[in-house]
Order: sequence, then structure tokens, then C-alpha cells
Amino acid sequence: MIRDITCIACPLGCEIKVEDTEKGYLITGYTCLRGKDYALQEVTDPRRILTTTVAVEGGVLPLLPVKTDKAIPKDMIFKCMEEINKIKVKAPISLGDVILENILNTGANLVACRNLDVRK
Amino acid sequence: MEYDCIVIGGGPAGLAAAIEAKDNGADKVCIIERDRELGGILNQCIHNGFGLHEFKEELTGPEYAYRFIEEVYKRDIDVYLNTMVMDLSKGKEVVALGEKGLMNFKAKSVVLAMGCRERTAGAIGVKGFRPAGVYNAGMAQRLINMEGYLVGKEVVIYGSGDIGLIMARRMTLEGANVKAVVEIMPHSSGLNRNIHQCLNDFNIPLLLSHKVVEIHGKSRVEGVTIAEVDNKFNEIDGTREYISCDTLLLSVGLIPENELSQKAEVTLDPRTKGALVDSNMQTEIPGVFSCGNVLHVHDIVDFVTRESRIAGRNAARFVRGELNNSKYVDVYAGDKLNYVLPQRIALDDENGALICFRSRKIYRNPTVKIYTDDKLLKEKKYKIIVPSEMIQIPLKSDVIRDVKGSIRVDIEGEEND
Repeated sequence: MIRDITCIACPLGCEIKVEDTEKGYLITGYTCLRGKDYALQEVTDPRRILTTTVAVEGGVLPLLPVKTDKAIPKDMIFKCMEEINKIKVKAPISLGDVILENILNTGANLVACRNLDVRK
Repeated sequence: MEYDCIVIGGGPAGLAAAIEAKDNGADKVCIIERDRELGGILNQCIHNGFGLHEFKEELTGPEYAYRFIEEVYKRDIDVYLNTMVMDLSKGKEVVALGEKGLMNFKAKSVVLAMGCRERTAGAIGVKGFRPAGVYNAGMAQRLINMEGYLVGKEVVIYGSGDIGLIMARRMTLEGANVKAVVEIMPHSSGLNRNIHQCLNDFNIPLLLSHKVVEIHGKSRVEGVTIAEVDNKFNEIDGTREYISCDTLLLSVGLIPENELSQKAEVTLDPRTKGALVDSNMQTEIPGVFSCGNVLHVHDIVDFVTRESRIAGRNAARFVRGELNNSKYVDVYAGDKLNYVLPQRIALDDENGALICFRSRKIYRNPTVKIYTDDKLLKEKKYKIIVPSEMIQIPLKSDVIRDVKGSIRVDIEGEEND
């Protein structure tokens, strides 16, 4: 099977082909090593950093921006969103606070991306 | 109240400018911000990808902002929040409305860092009523990411700039059904990376060479009619298609917010819609500087920071009486550039100049050449130059010191669409 991947490493947007052969993956069309690595990663284990918000109680804002501190498998994105939507945190919160540890055993922690003070 | 330097706007541009002005010897510095906190647009940009140039790591918008907000509060810089500047005069008098009522300021130098705002439905002339459910993409971003309202459930996005693409992913993650991103141009104006990670990852169709011809619904959006367009953007007969939706997000461009600059009689460039500046980011009014999205719309915040530091540093030099350049030449954009900044370069400045420009089209393997008359001052090769990505090239002082005529910047290379 051949997969076509448009590289995102830079604006060139090389069209890379990854072919699954008996001798392993045959990668063509890349113009730099970053592109080759990206294409292989996309075919074998695509991952993304997930950024979203969680509900906050008693904060100056009703939402706290959060991110996974590591990239998680792409097919776990919606499952993680479900978990994240169950949470409600209490202000005050500091940037870097761990909101959820090892989310769904992905090895990634969900961390706060800003300080959030208590609403007066 | 008197200040050495008043920075109008507390977004990424204002933050960097204020820190730099303070660190370079402007004694009394303040930031006037109309929102309830510093950080500007970054606070609602909760996705990552900020700071690759500046910090060599990928941060979210709020994290990038915090690195600068922290530095502002470490210094003796006055911050006025919930305060809107109402008037700015040529003589650098500032009138602002804040929590304690009307305030009058007098400044030795002013940094204009007001940012930009979104083009609205009126600017693109779509037929229909004015139902609820038509939002600018950035407005929807603020409502969803900061205020806690999901603006709709069945969404069409018009315009494939980066904000539109980011919002397509964001609304999908929050459970909305994004039916299509409609783009009038034959290519997206957003980054490749965003097309891939915001649309392809979620199977959201990108309809190139299409426009929204009508918005349906009277009290709430019920749907939109789209059609394919030819290369002159005219509708092609028989291509109309109806998409039912309750929300239309518009991501159709940004306009620098220069009403205050105009009150102070700062001359604007019709192409960038921002001030005319020299290489010290000084406008035609001595002591008034401009930087960030109010000067020209940027795609990368790291470049805003870089440019705003120049403005802040020179605001401080102006206050100390050290900004005494006397030799200036004009800078022109060649045919292949959309615009170039700054419009004038001070030849006798120890810090040289930072050239910024955007190309009109896509060029593969181009060389950027910077000339004065027929003499080549600097050239730089690129793998690719695209209109959606601004290019910055620094010119050292020894390169420009002996220039006599004007400076021209252009691209040589094969066009590619």
C-alpha cells in the first residue's frame, strides 16, 4: 500500500510517498530529513499535541486553556476530549499545574497554560 | 500624568515594546490596555505553535504571552487595564477612559501597538438578511475559548486563513459539525500545517475557488448557498449548492486598527493600512512609533516581538535624545512584492535595518535581492516564498552606511501556483 503525505515541516509542502514493502517502508519525494522522519511517523504512529479548555469554578474566566505535555496518538483525540470534558477545576490555578495525570494511559499529562485568579 | 513612554495596547507588540523601552533607559513607562488583562489576542489562541523562533519551543498563545507579562510586572512599568485610549494628539497628549473615569496623559514618546481587527460580513458583500449565527472567526474563538459559549453546532467557515482553519478544528473538538471551509481563491491562504492538522485530520472538506453567494435565514442562519467561481471570481452557472447550517464563521482578513494614529495625523501607507515608518519604527511624527499588527498584519507572533523590540528601544533612545539620524533613503518594493517595510531607512544608525515584506505569488527556489541603484547590497536564497508567510531580512549598518540613492527589494525566481 502506498500512502501520500503532504509534509508540514516547512512551507515547501513536499508530496511524500510511503510504500509498505516486504523490506520495510520505502519513502520517496522528501527533500530533507525532517520530511522523511515526519512521513514515517505519520504512517506508523501519528501523534498530536491536544490543546483545549476545561471548566473552572470561581475563576475570573469560566475556562482554563490546557494542553497535553506530550503528543498523544491521533486516534485518542476524541476519547481524551471526553475525559477532559468531565473535569471541573477550582481557581486559583497556576501555569504548569497538572490538571490530569497520564490521561487515558497515553503517558501525557494535561497541564494548565495560564494563571487564573479567583473571581472577586 | 507624564510618562517618558506610553505604549497603547498590551498585546504581544505592546508587551515587547514596553519591556524594551524600560530596559533601554525610558524611566517612566506605561501600558494602556482596554481589555481586563494583558496579552491581547494570544489569550484566546489556545492552540500551540507559538515561539519557535523566539524560544525554540512550541508554546500555546497564553504561555507565550505569559513570558512577556511576567517580565512587565517584574519591572517598574505602570499598567492601566480596562482603559481605552480615546484620543491621541500630534503633541503626544493621550486621553483615556478607565476605571477611574477620564485620564489625561502627556508623553515624551508613544508606541502605537493597537493591533488589528477582523473584516466583517459587510466587507465581502454576501446577499441575505442579518440573522444571528454569523460570526467573525476571531470573535467566535474568544467566545469559545475564553467566555465559554459554543457559538453553533452546524458550521460553515468562509475563508481559509489560519484563524478559519484553527476554528474548524476547535469547533470539531467541541462537538460541532464543521461541514466545509469555503475559499474563493484557488489556494488556501493558511499554512500547510494547519490545512493538514485542522482539516484533513478531521475530514473537513476545503472547497477552493468557491464563494458564499447567499446566507439563508431571517432570525437565525439556516443555511448558505455556495457556488464555484472562475479565475475572475465570477460565479459559474449551474454550480450552486445549498448547505444547511446554523453558523457561518468569517475568516476573510484583518485590518490594522489605526483610528488613533489618524487622530494624531500619522501618515498611513495605503497598501499595508499601517503607518509609514523608518527603520527605527518611527512614524513621520518624531517620537511616535508603531509596531505589530497595527503596522502590518503578521502571521507569526515571534516576528511581532522582534519588530516591537526595535520600536521600544528607539522610543527610549528618543527620550534620551539619542535618536539623531540625519541620512535617510526611501525603500521600494519590486514588482514581485506586495509591500515592503520600513518605507525609509536611516543610513547612519548603528543598528542597521530590518526589512520585512510579503510576495505577491508563490516562488520556488527564489533569490531575494536588495539593491541601491544597480549595486547589490545583499542577496538571500530561499527554497520557497509564499504570500502567506512574511519574510524578514536584517541589514547590518556597514552594508547601508554608504548608500546614496533609494533601496529596492525584489525577488528573482520562477513563479509557481
